[in-house]
Parts: sequence; structure tokens; C-alpha cells
Amino acid sequence: MLARFRALRSDLAMVTTVGRDPFGVAFDAILSATEAILDGKRVLLLGTNNYLGLTFDQDCIDSAVAATMAQGTGTTGSRIANGTYGGHAALEQRLARFLGRRHAMVFTTGYQANLGTLSALAGRGDHLLLDADSHASIYDGAKLGNAQVTRFRHNDPDDLRRRLRLLADQPGEKLIVLEGIYSMLGDTAPLREMVEVKREAGAWLLVDEAHSLGVLGAHGRGLAEAEGVEADVDFVVGTFSKSLGAIGGFCAFDLDDFDSLRVAARAYMFTASLPPSIVASVFQAIEAMEAQPQLRDTLRRNGQHLHAGLAAAGFALGAMPSPIVSLPMPDRETAIRFWNQLLDAGVYTNLALGPATPGGKPLLRMSVSAALTPAQIETAIAALAQTGQRLGLVAAGLAAVES
Amino acid sequence: MSDEQLVLHEITSALEELGKRTVPVTMETSLLHDLSLDSVTALDFIMQLETRLDIIIPMDGMAEIETIGDLVGVLTRSTSKAG
Ligand SMILES: Cc1ncc(COP(=O)(O)O)c(C=O)c1O
Repeated sequence: MLARFRALRSDLAMVTTVGRDPFGVAFDAILSATEAILDGKRVLLLGTNNYLGLTFDQDCIDSAVAATMAQGTGTTGSRIANGTYGGHAALEQRLARFLGRRHAMVFTTGYQANLGTLSALAGRGDHLLLDADSHASIYDGAKLGNAQVTRFRHNDPDDLRRRLRLLADQPGEKLIVLEGIYSMLGDTAPLREMVEVKREAGAWLLVDEAHSLGVLGAHGRGLAEAEGVEADVDFVVGTFSKSLGAIGGFCAFDLDDFDSLRVAARAYMFTASLPPSIVASVFQAIEAMEAQPQLRDTLRRNGQHLHAGLAAAGFALGAMPSPIVSLPMPDRETAIRFWNQLLDAGVYTNLALGPATPGGKPLLRMSVSAALTPAQIETAIAALAQTGQRLGLVAAGLAAVES
Repeated sequence: MSDEQLVLHEITSALEELGKRTVPVTMETSLLHDLSLDSVTALDFIMQLETRLDIIIPMDGMAEIETIGDLVGVLTRSTSKAG
């Protein structure tokens, strides 16, 4: 039964020969949004997606505790079979209000939001057009449904246009799927150009703002807000597990017969709904995100700080400054070594290997949080520069300037 | 040239462009074992062929592609549909 995992297992064995198992890191304790204890040592967390640092927000914690006391630990079932709690509906309304949409539907994870939405929205005879660098949840959602799926070149409006032209005389709806910020490199979609293509073709547009909610736009509504094209985005998908510091996912839109999705999206129907504690903490986190726009400014500054520091240390960086900063690695071995040595130096990052990465190339992925202090970022830059120098990834002279 | 020959010609020149035409290419050549195209590079290679031939290959058709012959089959079907 498990024989076909043999190749995976030998891959994993290769990954772990150099040190720890990067996919089996187990923290002894989490101290804050930016620090943890690993193997008895304090480590700086530079790979959390905890963009606004809200996981330890006192109001969010208090709301979660109060909801647990009042309503118990779980809902023990799906909303279709076991009922909606008051908090679910209130959260959906609150989220819709925040996003300026008529409706929102809450899922148990962001993964399931894509799974449920994509498979239900695009049916047999319809067409899904996915960016080649789409997150696994988008690919899986497409696979679960019955629509015909094509992938277009990453962030390439012309390739999308070409494909829509070839599909022009085929019946069925066309749904384009993009991400606000792409999770591996931190690059954003050229949304205004994509919207033009969408309009020309009369297609629908879904944007997954998983990494851009609370991060981009004057109010934190994401890339569509930042680019001024919210009216052209038909469906917004997102997650509560990153900037909002909890777990859960959503899809928001203005179409009126949206309630039909509740009985069509399998990933909504056949799984238990979010527990009261999470619903309450996410509700509170939306309040915090709205009330504290300065968190977004701090996050942006932190991203720029890390990006500029690493560039000055001589690293080649992929994308423009964003909360996600990724270093392309020459090969798997170097990537694994780099990740291990950084951890020895007290800095936790994410090791990202193919096929989950663009082009299957290994990456050292980092994400900053608004909760990081400038001193913590300096510490991280110094550790990265020294490690990069030791592994021959940056010239020693350049690295010396920073450390 | 027949559709098939035309498609095979495009495949070999695309491989050349990628620097992946490391072995003589026949209908039996395996993308993974002979040309070392793993799942990610194979998808990108197919994307390149889609552009060259101005066609679309739906993703569900890709899972079956193991050899150059499979690829020629899928591409030929799509080209004749497009034309
Ligand atoms: C673009 C994108 N969509 C969806 C998800 C899934 O979200 P979650 O982890 O909350 O299930 C993620 C992250 O994991 C993501 O990066």
C-alpha cells in the first residue's frame, strides 16, 4: 500500500542526512508571535505567515476564551447537518462588511475554501484558467470539480489572453483564478492587466488573497483594493490562518443566489464548522486589523528592512519587497544546509522544495511579521549574511559590511 | 508533413531550445526516464509546446503523458481540434 511512497521516503532521507527533518520541526514552546523554544534553545521565527502578529493579541485571546466558556469547545458537526451557531453568521456579516461585499461564506480552512469554491463554481462544460504557480489548494479544487482546467504562464496576461481566445467559441463559463501575493516568492499578480483580459473575454475572476488580506490595500482588503479593481473581482477567497492569526477560510462576493453554494460546495457541507473560540478570535482580529492600520505600515517597513538588508549583504532576491522574502538556492543540498545552519544560529525559516515551488527550484522562504522589532530583523540579517558567506552564496566582503 | 510529423518536429526543436535533447528522440522516449523531465519541468515543457502550436491542452489530459508518443497523440488531437 505504501510502496509508492518509497521515492518520497528516499527523498526525505536525503533531506534529513544533513541535519534535522525540516518537515518535522517540533517546537518545545511558543513564546510570542516572533519567538519559540526549539531543542531547548530560543529561536527567532522568520517563517510564520503571522503577518500582523495577532496570535497573541490579548483581545483575540479573551474573545476566544469567553466564547469557549459560553458555547463550548466545538460544534461537533457541519452547518448543513448540525446547524449554524450565532457566531458563524455574525462572522460572515462582519467579514462581508470589512470586504465591502454583499455576502461571505466561511469555511473551516483556507484550503477547503478553495476546494469548495472552485469545485462548485465551475461545473461540467465550464473552464478554469489557473496561474501556473497556483497554490496546491487551487489545483486540488480544480481537480475535485468537473470543469476543464488549463494553466497559463505565471503572471502572464498575454498567455491568459491567448488561451481565452482559443476557448472563445467553446460554450461554458470561464473562471480565471489568481493570487494576490504568491506564497513562495512573494510576488503579486499584475491585477490591472489581468482585469483587462478578463473584461475582453467576458470571463469571471477569483482572487485568492490568502497572503494579501490585512497586508495590501489602504484598508487591508488585499491586492484588489491596492490596485483599485475590486469591482472587477467577482470572488474573493482568503484565509484566517495568516494575518488573522487563527484558522479558517472564506469566499466573499456580490452575487445574490450565493446560498446555493452552501449546498453545492462539498468542502463546506461534509466537514465540521469552525469552533466558537476560533470564530470569536477571528471576529476580534478583523476588528484589530481595522482599528490598527499602523500594523500594516510596520509590516511593510519590516519587509523592506529585511529585503534591503539581504540585498546589501549580496543576496540575489527574486521579487520586490513584500512580507515574503525568498532566497533562491542553487540546489537542494545547499538549501538544506542553509536552513539547518540558520537554525543553529537561532533563526527559523521555511525550506521550500519542488514541486511546491515555482519551476521546482529550492528556496529559503521567509515571512516577516509586524511584531518583529528592527533589532530582531538586524539579528536575522546578520545570521543570514554569515551563513550565506560560509556557504559561498554571497561574497565575503559584501557580507562583512552587514555583520 | 502529416500532423504527427509536424508535432514531432516541434517537440524536438522545443527540446533543443531547452537543452534537453540529450538522447535521440523517438515515439518510445520517456519524458521522465530518458529526458529527465520531472513533473514540474514536463508541465512547463508542455506549456511551451502549447504556445508554439497555439493550442490548449487541458490538465486532465496531462496525467497520461509518459512518452513522446503519448505527447504527440495529445498534441495532434488538440491541433486538429484547433484547426
Ligand atoms: C494561496 C493560498 N491559498 C490557500 C491557502 C490555504 O490556507 P490554509 O492554510 O488556511 O488552509 C494557502 C496557505 O496555506 C495559500 O498560500
